[in-house]
Formats: sequence, structure tokens, C-alpha cells
Amino acid sequence: MIGLTSAFGAAGVPFAATPFIASWNPSAKAKAAGAPVKVDVTKIDPGQQITVGWRKQPVFVIRHSQEAINNLESNIAKLADPNSEAIDEPYRNMNPTRSKSPEYTVLVGVCTHLGCSPKFFPEVEPQSWDASWSGGYFCPCHGSMFDLVGRVFKGVPAPTNMKVPPHNFNGNILTIGEDEEMS
Amino acid sequence: MSDNVTKVFNWVNHRLPIQNTYERHLSKHPVPKKVNFWYLFGALAAVVLIIQIVSGIWLIMLYTPGEAAFSSIEYMMRDVDYGWAIRYMHTTGASMFFAVVYLHMFRGLLYGSYQKPKELVWIFGCTIYLAMMAEGFLGYVLPYGQMSYWGAQVIISLFGALPYIGESLELWIRGDYYISDITVNRFFALHVVALPLVLIALVFLHLIALHEVGAGNPEGVDIEAYTDEDGVPLDSVPFFPYKVLNALVGIGVFMTVFAIIMFFFPEGGGYFIEYANYEEANPLVTPAHIAPVWYYSPYYSILRAVPDKLGGFAAMGAAVAIFFVVPWLDRSKVASIRYKGILSKIALVMFGMSFLTLGYLGTVSVTEHRKTMGIICTFIYFSYFLLMPVYTSIEKTKPVPDRL
Repeated sequence: MIGLTSAFGAAGVPFAATPFIASWNPSAKAKAAGAPVKVDVTKIDPGQQITVGWRKQPVFVIRHSQEAINNLESNIAKLADPNSEAIDEPYRNMNPTRSKSPEYTVLVGVCTHLGCSPKFFPEVEPQSWDASWSGGYFCPCHGSMFDLVGRVFKGVPAPTNMKVPPHNFNGNILTIGEDEEMS
Repeated sequence: MSDNVTKVFNWVNHRLPIQNTYERHLSKHPVPKKVNFWYLFGALAAVVLIIQIVSGIWLIMLYTPGEAAFSSIEYMMRDVDYGWAIRYMHTTGASMFFAVVYLHMFRGLLYGSYQKPKELVWIFGCTIYLAMMAEGFLGYVLPYGQMSYWGAQVIISLFGALPYIGESLELWIRGDYYISDITVNRFFALHVVALPLVLIALVFLHLIALHEVGAGNPEGVDIEAYTDEDGVPLDSVPFFPYKVLNALVGIGVFMTVFAIIMFFFPEGGGYFIEYANYEEANPLVTPAHIAPVWYYSPYYSILRAVPDKLGGFAAMGAAVAIFFVVPWLDRSKVASIRYKGILSKIALVMFGMSFLTLGYLGTVSVTEHRKTMGIICTFIYFSYFLLMPVYTSIEKTKPVPDRL
């Protein structure tokens, strides 16, 4: 009787816990609020970056100068994962920009360490965190460094490259959060 | 008349152990007759707990969780009579809570307040500290300012460092893809109901366990060894009124300091309330300089000292968790630093300095030089604990006197 009662009680525990745990999952309302956003990218000057909000996350759109693109390879020795092999890279081997366009880079502007938003320092000039800085992103929270296309440096706390969101270029218009060709 | 009072008292006392409890825990509870100011901080922590509970209840009357959180803070600061006082009481209380608890813990390390048979008192204390850290973090998120948002972003992302379950755990804690009103609402529930209940229960256990084994003293003398014919230790006085009245003096001084901070320096130069938190949360922009409030900054430095996501999280967790095992790391025959050897003294000073340096480093931005400092101090911090079994057993201790 004691054993039966204990077993009955123990079996009830996961059932009783379910509503308390499950109600912490994102609600239907939270899941629905993720509509794609559109931006006119020709308004960005070469070398400039804009921040677009998508799913309440910052998305960086960078228009590279030709010089900056040529420069990308020179940094490879500093990078931890130059070919984004450690992450699920949506547009692998398409462009050095990691995006669907040879000129623009689209990144989820969230540090892969602890979620801060890294700052854009495009100039090739010595910085307090790196004397041989050749342009890229620096995270103010814990000092992680990324190059101009969001690839992480070696020896910093961030484990992986910044993520590239699904996106699509249609003339001047960049759509972030949706890519018909992928789905 | 007095006969009737006695009758009522007896009636109740037969049904509820009033007299028994009063004697056991107050009027006949023996405590060492000679202690120093280090033995005051436990009482002060209890005082701050009461301040936090009372001011917290009043804050709930003024605060709205969710999307209106930030504006409700501005509302209570500007439009409610003495609303600012209630809020500053609570924010000052948070910093003072950690201040007195850190001093209380240091007292423990100084005089070996964790040694046999006080291991459980110490463990309940460490658990209180852990619960306080969670409570403080949840509370800091509630105003939904910039530091609330980005502080929470960093802390919740720490769980993302766990292998396999990390990312879904993060999402589950937030209940959304960013720190939204959904997150603030659940943090509110945890901050005002769940964790206070846990804290109060733990404080109760801490005190009951303490009263079972008896309070310590700076000499590390076992006062139970010499008792009178009734079994009362010779070197003791009853807790009430002697210690209670004694503590009131300290509480008076403490409350004065508390009031000065609350009325004149509530932001504590940006250390008690960070300036960036007077700006509403913006999920698109991280403030240029993000630092935790002072009482978490040593651990934040340890996190930053390890250049690896999971490693940093593990080091930070270990830095807090290691306190729990101190009773088994200290192999010394004596409790008090007064009779321990030179190695223990050096170790404690080094530990204190590394803790303070880590605390400072956690509030400033990272540079190459500071990063190196952080690594060195993290190393010293852990060495204090990990080498404790070695230095406490090889050093020569002084003889402890029989009486206090």
C-alpha cells in the first residue's frame, strides 16, 4: 500500500509540474511578432553601417567599400573560424561578405558571447583593444572582436561568428527575416 | 486584573509554546560574553531584510510590471508623495544588504565560523547569499532601463553557454525572443513572492541551526567546555537583554549611515544605481560601457578573465559555489585567525585584496593591462580556497586559551 501510494504520487509529479513549466514557453503572441522588415540599402554610403530592428534584435547592414572587401583576406590569421564552419551559415561560399550580395553584409547584431550588441569601428587604426585593428566590431561588454563581416577573432570570449539572418535582395530593397529561395 | 492576564497567558501558553520559545531563543539563550564589532553584521542583515520587505511592499503599490514598468518608476519618483523615498530606501537597502552580508561572510572566514559543528549554519548562509544574488538580479531588471535590459541580456545569455540545452533554456527563461514585458512580468513574480519566501525560510533555518550549535567568538574558544551546575556556559550572557540592547547601538549607527546614503547619495556615484538605467531599455543599442552593480562586479571580472563562453560561466559559478565547501577545506585545529599561522593570515589578506581588485575591475572597461590583472586576481581568489587544505595543515598554530 505504501509502495503503491508512493508510485502513484511520484507519477503525478511530472503531470503537476507540466503547466508550471510549459507556461514559461514563448506564447503564441510572442511567436507571432516576428514579421520580416524591408530596407532600401542604396541609402547607405560605402563604408557605412545601419542598424535595423528585426524581432526586437539589432540587425547590422553594412555596405562595404571595394577596398574593405579586398582587405578581408589579410586578416585571416586572426580569425577563429574564417569559413564559418562552426555555425549554420545560410549563404556559405556565395560571397566574401557572407550575404547574398557581393557588396553588403547582413548580420544579427548580437555578440555570440553574452548577447550585447557590438560596436562598429570601421577605420583601420590602432585601438586600445587591438593595436593592429583593421576595422570591424568590438563588443564593449567583454571585449570580443569581429571583422567587418562578423567573423570572430581568436582568443576572445565569443565562441562563434555573428549570425547571418535569412534575407533577400530585390533591387534596392533588402528583406530581413525571409528568403523565398530558402524555404 | 493581573490574575486575568495570567489566566489568558496560561491559556495561550498551553496551546502555543510562547514561554518556552522566549526562554530557549531569547532570555536563556547563552551567547559568548565577549565578541567584537564583526559580530554585529548578522543582526544588521536582519534589519536590512525587514527594510527590504517593508519598502518592497510599498513599491509594489506604485510599480506596474510589463510595458509600463519604466514610466511607473518615473511616476513614483515625481508624482507620488515620498515615492522617491520608498524607492531609494529599497535601492539603498539592496546595496547595504550586500555590504553587511559581505562583511558578515568575511567575519566567518576571519574567525572560522564554519568549523565543526557550524557547517550547516554556514551552508544555509551561503544559500542565503545565492538567493540574494538571484533576488538582486531580478529586482534590477524590473525598472526596464538600459542597464536592466542589457544586464539581464548578459545574465540570461550565460545559460546559453550550457551545452545542448543552452539556447532553449534561454528562450524558456525569457519567454520571448528578447527581454520583453513577458520576461519582466515573470521576474516580478519571482522577485516579490517566490524568492522572498525562500529567503525568509532560509534565514529561519540559518538561525535555528545557529541556536542549536551556539554562536562563536573571536577567540575561537568553545564556551560549552566550562559550565555552571545548571549547564549554562560560564563565559556566556543571555541573548536578551544583553546582546539585543548591545546590537541596538550598532543598529543606530547603521541606520544613520543608511539614511545619509538614502537622502544624499542614493545613486552612490553610479555604483548603487547606474546612470544608464535612467534611460528606457533599447533592444537595439548596448550602452557603451556596461558594468554590473558593485556587489556582482568581482564575479563579473572572473567571468571576463576566462576567454571562453562556457569556461567563463563555469569559473563564475565555481567562485560562488566554492564557499559552500569551506568547512571541509579548512583543516586547521584552531578556528580564529588570531591563533592560526602566518600562512593563513597571508592567504586571507591576499584573498581580500584580490576580491576588492576584482570588484574594481568589474566596474571598468576592459584593456589589455586590466585583463591581465583580472586573470592574476582570479588565480589568487581560487588559490585561497584550493590551497586551504595545504596551508591550514602545515602551518604552526598558537595554543587557544581555555576561557574567553
